Amino acid sequence: MTDKSMTTIDQQQQYEQEKRKQEMKQQVITFALMIIFTIVAFGMVMAELPKLFVIPIMLILAAVQVGFQLYYFMHMSHKGHEMPSMMFYGGVFAAFLTILALVVLVWW
Amino acid sequence: MSTLVANEKKGFGSTIWDYLTTVDHKKIAILYLIAGGFFFLLGGLEALAIRVQLIKPMNDFVSAGFYNELITMHGTTMIFLAAMPLIFAFMNAVVPLQIGARDVAFPFLNSLGFWLFLFGGILLNVGWFTGGAADAGWTAYTPLSTTSPGHGVDYYVLGLQISGAGTLMGGINFLVTIINMRAPGMTYMRMPLFTWTAFVASALILFAFPALTVGLFLMMFDRMFDSVFFDAAMGGNSVIWQHLFWIFGHPEVYILILPAFGIFSEIIATFSKKRLFGYTAMVFATVLIGFLGFMVWAHHMFTVGMGPAANSIFAVATMAIAVPTGIKIFNWLFTLWGGNIQINTAMLWALGFIPSFTIGGMTGVMLAAASADYQYHDTYFVIAHFHYVIVGGVVFGLLAGTHYFWPKMFGTILDETLGKITFWLFFIGFHMTFFIQHFLGLMGMPRRYWVFLEGQGLDLGNLISSIGAFLMGIATIILLINVVKTSVKNEKVGADPWDARTLEWAIPSPPPFYNFKQLPLVRGLDPLWIEKTEGRKGMTPAEPLGDIHMPNNSFLPFIMSVGFFIAGLGFIYQKDNLAWLSAVFIGMGIALGCMLVRSLKDDLGYHIHKEDLQKEAKE
Ligand code: HEM
Ligand SMILES: [Cu+2]
Repeated sequence: MTDKSMTTIDQQQQYEQEKRKQEMKQQVITFALMIIFTIVAFGMVMAELPKLFVIPIMLILAAVQVGFQLYYFMHMSHKGHEMPSMMFYGGVFAAFLTILALVVLVWW
Repeated sequence: MSTLVANEKKGFGSTIWDYLTTVDHKKIAILYLIAGGFFFLLGGLEALAIRVQLIKPMNDFVSAGFYNELITMHGTTMIFLAAMPLIFAFMNAVVPLQIGARDVAFPFLNSLGFWLFLFGGILLNVGWFTGGAADAGWTAYTPLSTTSPGHGVDYYVLGLQISGAGTLMGGINFLVTIINMRAPGMTYMRMPLFTWTAFVASALILFAFPALTVGLFLMMFDRMFDSVFFDAAMGGNSVIWQHLFWIFGHPEVYILILPAFGIFSEIIATFSKKRLFGYTAMVFATVLIGFLGFMVWAHHMFTVGMGPAANSIFAVATMAIAVPTGIKIFNWLFTLWGGNIQINTAMLWALGFIPSFTIGGMTGVMLAAASADYQYHDTYFVIAHFHYVIVGGVVFGLLAGTHYFWPKMFGTILDETLGKITFWLFFIGFHMTFFIQHFLGLMGMPRRYWVFLEGQGLDLGNLISSIGAFLMGIATIILLINVVKTSVKNEKVGADPWDARTLEWAIPSPPPFYNFKQLPLVRGLDPLWIEKTEGRKGMTPAEPLGDIHMPNNSFLPFIMSVGFFIAGLGFIYQKDNLAWLSAVFIGMGIALGCMLVRSLKDDLGYHIHKEDLQKEAKE
């Protein structure tokens, strides 16, 4: 192996290390955020705020947490995950239609 | 296990053992073909019994209760145990070859999917022998199904749950296979249309079957553990079942028809000696049909009372599907146009399909007009409509596929003369049976009725319909004779008997168990055709000859499925006697034990060595 290719390998390694560090940082931040969200959710319920306010907020927090989970912990944004995310959104779509229909047509 | 043992001649016992434990997609395809074919015959016998009962007014060939069992089991068997597995037979036989793969992504799961389907199907039919099969229609609407006495509907619930799990596995397996295992150069837009349709159908399975699973679980709890999900008197809601069932049920019909479309696309292109016209539009239409397929389910429920707004939305969405379907029809016609057309049995089925399916599509648009559907709903008009699409589309496709892919699966060509006789008898019988039913329905004959009265103008139509059914029965018998005759004669054909276009025809018929000695390099759509037009005999390899990694056979899927079968029986009978709970524990124990073994024991497969491959090539 020549020196030149050694350096490119080194560079590659360095780059990857850098990236991993970055990711680690993001993971810690999202982890902290998720804990805060959970505390907020519990707090709202314990503070006995009006239901109409608490339920939508909690649903939003939950949705954001799912996003964090998928993108920061399960690496859905990484290359090579296009198909899984397409399938995932397909599933979300099918589930959404189901829930929408049951809510609108049956329970309303 | 490193030599080519699988190629040696074997005794009967070891052949059976081989099939019980196989994880080879080509053998699993044959298993699906045999099992699906068996259930097709069973469902056909049930259909004939229905038609004998309806051959004349006030007939008493079968009792009213038994008639309900017949229609229910006919519909359930045909959809879940005949059409689905036969589709899977061809997907297994062809898709890995078409994309240039050595196997599916999860061979073990593939085998598990088959055995779960088979034991689920057997469980469904056990009811016949133990006091009555399911009798609430294949749609099992509540509260009819939740209050149906006896165990018939319990068999339906557990049987479908088990076989449905198998189907779901199969679908996931094909998704992963097609995404991950395409040969070098096989981009998405170079995949043959059968692979594309198998891909979209698998995605539909993934998204649609969970709704059925949930619905069946709720029904199981209502019937066996006194819950009241569907009991309006206790605050439940009966319509929820209908929604869950059709959220699954409508995509299900596309799961069946899309691969049939794929088969036709292959056949029409091959025997017109032309590239499929509008390939991109065909792919687009396939995906669009799959997508729209999820937004139309409530067209089965126009008369439930969802209100005019919901009815209009679903009516328009349904009619929209006619557009991509029309795109397909026209593309097939344009493929034929100016082609160098060769008409053989497979092609006959394809040509018969186009007008038959179009009629079904037209009545479909009629049914989609919500206000008019109040008149059509639950009459023989609906029966006529869905048999035009399901028989004229799916069954024709399966029969066409049988003729077209038979050489690849078994190395022989089905007899053409007998094949053509089968086609004409079946085609004429089919239109006799179902065309007249449109008018019977418009005259007010309801579906699922045991008898009809004299003097209402229904006699002649029903008689014609029943005679047509017998013609189809005879045609099916001739097909069986054809299979036997061809197998006995056993005249082997070469790799590419149809002068075809896609990758599966580049390797021997039947293919060696490792499929491709060297993975092929794909240089465009219709890869084999490209090589042939450039004067080469076969594909250019994309890799040097090397060791091939193969999975080991396994008996676990079979045992696991037996376990679920036993547990299913336990669930059904614990209603009468809690001692049956022991069967639940034993069955689940067996199944979970198998999973444990599978998880803990490393099974790394084996390698076929390069030297053996070279030696084989010289022989
Ligand atoms: C090829 C010969 C066939 C004949 C003669 C036939 C005949 C019939 C008849 C007479 C009925 C109506 C029973 C009634 O409602 O009174 C029926 C229902 C039905 N058939 Fe077929 N059929 C055939 C093939 C198929 C195939 C291949 C499929 C599906 C792949 C199928 C699926 C159904 C379904 C889903 C029902 C509705 C069952 C129910 O009402 O719950 N049939 N068939
Ligand atoms: Cu539908």
